[in-house]
Amino acid sequence: MTNDIPGIKSSDVILIIGSDTTSAHPVIGSRIKYVVRHQNVKLIVIDPKKIDIADYATIYARQRCGSDVAVLNGIMHLIIKNNWYDKEYVEERCEGFEDLKKVVSEYTPQKVEKLSGIPEKQLQEIAQLFGTAPTASLYYAMGITQHTTGTDNVWSTANLQMLCGNLGKEGGGVNPLRGQCNVQGACDMGALPNVYPGYQKVIDETARQKFEKAWGKKLPEKVGLTVTEMLKAADEGKVKALYIMGENPVLSDPDINHVRKSLEKLDLLVVQDIFMTETAEFADVVFPASSFAEKDGLYTNTERRVQRLRKAVKSPGKSKEDWVILQKLANAMGSDWNYKTACDIQDEICSLTPQYGGITWDRVDEEGLQWPCPTKEHPGTPFLHKGKFARGKGLMKGIEFKEPNELPCKEYPITLTTGRVLQQFHTGTMSRKSQGLNNLAGPMVMISVQDAETIGVSNGEKVKVISRRGEIEAPAFVTKRIGKGTVFVPFHYREAAANLLTNPAVDPVSKIPEYKVCAVKIAKA
Amino acid sequence: MITKMIIDDKEVPFDQGQTILEVARANGIYIPSLCYHRKTGQASKCRICVVEVEGMRGLQTACSIQARENMKVVTTNDEILTARRLIVNLLLASGNHDCLACEANGVCELQEVAYKLGIEKPAFIIADKEKPEYDDSSEMIVRDIKRCIQCGRCIEGCNKTVVNEVLDFGYRGHETKVICDDDKIMGESSCVQCGECAQLCPVGAITDKKSIGKGRPWDLKKVRTTCPYCGVGCQLYLHVDENTNNVVKVTGYEGSLANDGALCVKGRYGYDFINSKERLTTPLIKENGKFRQASWEEAINFVASKFNSIKKESGSDAIAGLASAKVSNEENFAFQKFMRKEVGTNNVDHCARL
Repeated sequence: MTNDIPGIKSSDVILIIGSDTTSAHPVIGSRIKYVVRHQNVKLIVIDPKKIDIADYATIYARQRCGSDVAVLNGIMHLIIKNNWYDKEYVEERCEGFEDLKKVVSEYTPQKVEKLSGIPEKQLQEIAQLFGTAPTASLYYAMGITQHTTGTDNVWSTANLQMLCGNLGKEGGGVNPLRGQCNVQGACDMGALPNVYPGYQKVIDETARQKFEKAWGKKLPEKVGLTVTEMLKAADEGKVKALYIMGENPVLSDPDINHVRKSLEKLDLLVVQDIFMTETAEFADVVFPASSFAEKDGLYTNTERRVQRLRKAVKSPGKSKEDWVILQKLANAMGSDWNYKTACDIQDEICSLTPQYGGITWDRVDEEGLQWPCPTKEHPGTPFLHKGKFARGKGLMKGIEFKEPNELPCKEYPITLTTGRVLQQFHTGTMSRKSQGLNNLAGPMVMISVQDAETIGVSNGEKVKVISRRGEIEAPAFVTKRIGKGTVFVPFHYREAAANLLTNPAVDPVSKIPEYKVCAVKIAKA
Repeated sequence: MITKMIIDDKEVPFDQGQTILEVARANGIYIPSLCYHRKTGQASKCRICVVEVEGMRGLQTACSIQARENMKVVTTNDEILTARRLIVNLLLASGNHDCLACEANGVCELQEVAYKLGIEKPAFIIADKEKPEYDDSSEMIVRDIKRCIQCGRCIEGCNKTVVNEVLDFGYRGHETKVICDDDKIMGESSCVQCGECAQLCPVGAITDKKSIGKGRPWDLKKVRTTCPYCGVGCQLYLHVDENTNNVVKVTGYEGSLANDGALCVKGRYGYDFINSKERLTTPLIKENGKFRQASWEEAINFVASKFNSIKKESGSDAIAGLASAKVSNEENFAFQKFMRKEVGTNNVDHCARL
């Protein structure tokens, strides 16, 4: 998030697009519901499902899955046409406006209605409410990113917020909601193929030399493989060994059948986890790790706030903290790691990661600290791009709408979209150990009343969902909350794994798979 | 300008807009309250916070009167104590407030006031009104309505903190009670079981089902940490039974910037995995398609020599690693350092995209 959670109270209008906030980020959902109910903040929700938070919205619009660029361009078209945009801000702080203007000028409400299904009049209402707001914030999650046009979608949200002058001020911002407790921290720490900690590029010689000097070893110069590329390379025999720490690609990656096939081809699969996950079952060696409750350390949340993890219980059996296992392995391979505690590692992080330069365990103890926090005296940064953008001028870019990779057709006429439910989490490794949560939420296929009638199923009866890659069966949840021609399947369940169906096609830049759109057919099971 | 008032002959500073109760709390002066809570604000329902304010007729509720310059307040005298005793005695008589097996024993605010007032035995016979309602229909939350003192905190919390809008007062007069939706049992209501009501309940009327009988508050160690589910970063307390090494309850950490005490159903009640019998407890090596137990030394050396030989035969880029959005910053740092420095590849990623 460019902004922070407490800043939610400073918005006049909030736009949620591609985030089932009350299910996936319930406490932020509550904060947004609070300002809507008790501070007269106006809420716009754009989502293929009429999600729970849409009940709090002034305007709810249902777009066709994968049409987000068209919708956002359409909103910007109207904002520019009606002069609702922040001219001074755009002139002073941004570049590329003419390019953006030229592209969005084509996205008339008529065209956008055709592409997205959002009626012209409703698009006009959205543009007016958002465009005329003194301060508007935008929240999104994987509904924006998990597309072959994910990068385009994200860029479009940034275009909109620059256009309206909503970046670099309290209550505004482009606010992606991070889906896992430390996904922000894992990115910040350089658990990515192209960057070292602090997003310092591996192809940048100065950055590489800095790390080579600190670690006393020559480092690779080439950008590495992303998770989807690793599995492809394993299938092709190019990657022979895979070391997986606390991840479960056999349920979380698209086209599971292909994932399984790839893992089976490896010479060596090492899985380090707290449970025998669907992925660990394929392993040659399994290392037992400690859970969050058994370790000290830091997590970084969705608003870049670095907070403490504190050890509460002892690890079961012989299981060990992940860093301890890594140190043992490094030393067994001939290295000389000598961290006494996780706090020693934090000292190294401070010295090599500019954004974390002033972040110590002591300082984050009570309230946490939001990066960038370059020095021990720096108070942290609640919102980014204040005064000017990190890169200098905010770069606006005209983006043309592109269709998803796999569209419904005669044989597979229904669009499948996937995501989370409130009571379960990701691949269920943790949440499904609670019987109460399982009683509250089991596998399901969310299906419209019309489609349910067409295939002759009623609530609770089993539906078969079939894509080009696989098929699953799960009870139908028949509801008006989803539109005709679309079904939603949560991806938490191994017995009805949504990712047997999903399309592994990825965004060319971010390499994110298109979990949010693929073509399926449905039938009564 | 420094503003000050006098509470029990002591001069204390205050900020404009603070109530007498807030000023007293900020200055370490005890005034009991049952319905007031920092998050839900004044309700002026229980009247246990009555004090004497110079120049005002009768006793006043400290939670509803704003502090004024030079205001003189007395928090304890015979009249006040008599009034408070009467209130507590009436509350004790209005339901079933036996402490022996109550989950709130030790953290109950009614028990605390009774203790401070020295009420050993309720003065009145407990109302024989039938209150059979014990609602355990919900997966995570138990409502024991006969313990309810109708302070309204749960309702304020449900509507104003988490804004789930399920709880409200229903019925009138003597029949008044807290209801879910249009008086459904909780398990069939629209409740999403975030547990904010249980966290705010001053007595044992709303409690966490899974924690019942799992340990007295004074026997449990509270450890503040960060929730392991989504990226909001809610701050919470793990309540640990150190004898069994088990987490038996989770509560939200009040005052934290990310969540201010609120949690969701997963964060508050999805902790069973920590103590799960299915946890991995030993290194495993697969032989002929089956896992067998191994020592750390054997497992580590096996992997280390395999990595070294693959590096040698096929190059560093034939090895790849996935770090984790579930482990700490320090561990992710260590993982990418391991892959880059020891393996010699940038083939490191995690599930940020998934």
